[in-house]
Amino acid sequence: MAEVIASPAVQTADHGHHPDYLVDPAHQGIWSWMTTVDHKRLGLMYLWCVLAAFFLGGVFALLVRLELMHPGEDFMNAEQYNQAFTLHGVIMVFLFIIPSIPAALGNFVLPLMLGAKDVAFPRLNLASFWVYVTGAIMAISGIVFGGVDTGWTFYTPYSTSTGGAVTVMTLAVLVLGFSSIFTGINFIATVHKLRAPGMGWFQLPLFVWGIYATAIIQVLATPVIGITMVLLVMERAFNIGIFDAQIGGDPVLFQHFFWFYSHPAVYIMILPGMAIISEIIPTFSRRTIFGYRLIALSSVAIALIGFLVWGHHMFTSGQSALAASIFSFLTFLVAIPSGIKVFNWMATMYKASISLMTPMLYAVSFLLLFGIGGLTGIFLGALSVDIHLHDTYFVVAHFHYVMMGGTVIAFLGGLHYWWPKMFGRMYNEPVARIACILVFIGFNMTFLTQFFMGSQGMPRRYYTYLDQFQPLHQFSTFGSWVLGAGLMIAAVNLMGALRGPKNAPENPWGGTTLEWQTQSPPITHNFIGQPAIEHNPYDYRYFKVPTDAV
Amino acid sequence: MNTWLRNLFLPNASSIKAEGIDDLFMFILWLNILFFLLIAVLTLWFCFHYRRKSPNQKTAHIEHSTSLELTWTILPLILCLVVFFWGFNTYMQASVAPDGAMEIQVTAKKWIWTFGYPDGSVAIGKLWVPVNKPVRLIMHSEDVLHAFFVPEFRIKNDVLPNRYTETWFHATAVGDYVIPCTEYCGKGHSEMRAYVKVVSQQGYEKFLEEGDPDEKGMPPEKLGATLYVNLGCSTCHSIDGSKGQGPSWKGIYSQMHKMGDGKSMMVDENYIRTSILQPQAMVVEGFQGIMPSYQGQIRERQLVALIAYIKSLK
Repeated sequence: MAEVIASPAVQTADHGHHPDYLVDPAHQGIWSWMTTVDHKRLGLMYLWCVLAAFFLGGVFALLVRLELMHPGEDFMNAEQYNQAFTLHGVIMVFLFIIPSIPAALGNFVLPLMLGAKDVAFPRLNLASFWVYVTGAIMAISGIVFGGVDTGWTFYTPYSTSTGGAVTVMTLAVLVLGFSSIFTGINFIATVHKLRAPGMGWFQLPLFVWGIYATAIIQVLATPVIGITMVLLVMERAFNIGIFDAQIGGDPVLFQHFFWFYSHPAVYIMILPGMAIISEIIPTFSRRTIFGYRLIALSSVAIALIGFLVWGHHMFTSGQSALAASIFSFLTFLVAIPSGIKVFNWMATMYKASISLMTPMLYAVSFLLLFGIGGLTGIFLGALSVDIHLHDTYFVVAHFHYVMMGGTVIAFLGGLHYWWPKMFGRMYNEPVARIACILVFIGFNMTFLTQFFMGSQGMPRRYYTYLDQFQPLHQFSTFGSWVLGAGLMIAAVNLMGALRGPKNAPENPWGGTTLEWQTQSPPITHNFIGQPAIEHNPYDYRYFKVPTDAV
Repeated sequence: MNTWLRNLFLPNASSIKAEGIDDLFMFILWLNILFFLLIAVLTLWFCFHYRRKSPNQKTAHIEHSTSLELTWTILPLILCLVVFFWGFNTYMQASVAPDGAMEIQVTAKKWIWTFGYPDGSVAIGKLWVPVNKPVRLIMHSEDVLHAFFVPEFRIKNDVLPNRYTETWFHATAVGDYVIPCTEYCGKGHSEMRAYVKVVSQQGYEKFLEEGDPDEKGMPPEKLGATLYVNLGCSTCHSIDGSKGQGPSWKGIYSQMHKMGDGKSMMVDENYIRTSILQPQAMVVEGFQGIMPSYQGQIRERQLVALIAYIKSLK
């Protein structure tokens, strides 16, 4: 493995451009990609898959919003609409957002940040990808052959009695869950065993802490949704009576099983996003991060406390007042570590040297949008207020602010941040900034009004609605077009960069973490020799920003 | 400002508990606004004030500050606990109906709400209650999950098939208040709507004696058209000829319908009456026998009105 122990300083002396992982002569051709164990190639393949899923889920979103332009039927009837919102949710949650950052960016960046050659179990990584593809194919066939109209939450008894491809879709979720578990196992082992010399736990980049905390949740929580989906299939196929009230089952039991995974799942969604923000802000502020330890430990705290709050999705479900009260209390506790992170990120910008390049624009957007998302969660954690707001558009607005305004914005920031490293090309900066601004404006146009709609009494999953809500719905639909346009421009801009020559510098942004101490794109084995570190990350007292940084 | 914001976000507070819930909502809203402005203004100010002025600009090396970190841990924690206790308190007080509350049986079924009164009478789609009296709702579903929500009263509870759930309210103003179903239940979910009709004590007693005053004096065809929507017929039967879960009503009077068992029947007054009271007795070919029966829930006058309405749909 390691021929030479080389510190980053010695290492960067070798500035020759060696064949990178994309064109490695020892691994050429489609078959080499399909059987690759290179974490970078797997990360790329995951990236194309999740971007395709995001596009498909986005198309369903635009269809849903288009139908909601006016009450009554515009171009879809109620049954088609119910399928459209269900598929929007299923695709976005299971095919896009849960794998997105860990499998696409995490796979690519994590071993590089640790100074490692690859993850701990490269073949398990390959298996994880193909299991994802299998689950995706099953989900697509469910969409094509029968469709699903249960909502992404599959609540019983509707899901056990309705027609359509519910069984295929829930089995797809089971399969996709294994992909997530394999990724989690791999990352935990990698972080424990493959750190570079000198890199103790508190020298880890914060991206690694975030992905590590996510991996814990992936491994512990995902089996529960897998089993729940199996129980649902068995109920549909064999009428066992776990959830069927008529033969002694309890439909609310399904909700407990479902949310026991699905609440930690939202932390699987946001922790990697926060992890990216923790990288972008110090780099573009050229300043040490404020409160490294608290940010690191808060990620783990969120992961653990996140297992204890699932009942806040069920305050009106018929669960006992005692249970509701305990869940409400714990929900407020889990909010605190997220708040700490936001304040620490802001403090990092104090007396900094800030450059508002595209990744940083996305990070600033994150602070504002995730701020709103997190703050509006307070309404929903308060018992008496949640009774009014539950299952209304207020909830829809809240979770889009945290999932899209949070995770997707962070994902876009991370894509722009690591694009030069992954492909060796810089994208067009002014176009990227315009796209970011359009996304920000379009997102707020789409979702801000949904808070008012919800608290005024507009329920979720409604195909038609009372006339009083029409102006706000229409405005939201216009917003969705602006948002869609911004995302398309960002995508076309990033893809367009791939046509150019691979002349991106090793470290265009002046980042201090190890992925920036190797060529762009990296060689298959990541580094020449084994890098070691001597300082904490983000320590700009010792770090010399390269002259070719932008 | 506060009133303007309250009206922007919330419908009129029309129950005794609504104002208290709104007070907490507004407190949280102001906290939200305050903290959002703090985050936004500081962040944007830092972006401007600390923008990079030269490539090798030095930055402050501030790793942490115990006092700051304690402040922004403990202060939010205290605020969150205040919100928790306030919400918990109001919730607990609102969860038990006062003694002597009038009890109404609520039944949810795809896709109509039915209300059973203390005197045994039953109404579909409209919950008549007297103003300023506590009303306790004991609810169950005949099929999937539904949820009973009255935005203007700030009450909501899921309605389950395997046990009763309950909620209660004490309406403070006369008026009509919408009850939208708020737990996804399939095709008719967005149209599964009922109304709370809050009237004076006199008006309520008159309703019990004489039936729905909205319906009195309405000519049969017009009443039938109203019932077509209020009783939920519209979720399955169209009036424009298009096929839904059930046959369209357009032009069916005096037509021959083919039943699933091969028999042909003429759509006359008796046919329509049987279809409403015993829908499984004869199911039209090409449709499933899923229509719920309205036996015991529909008055003679309403049946006559529906028949008149169907006859009018040429």
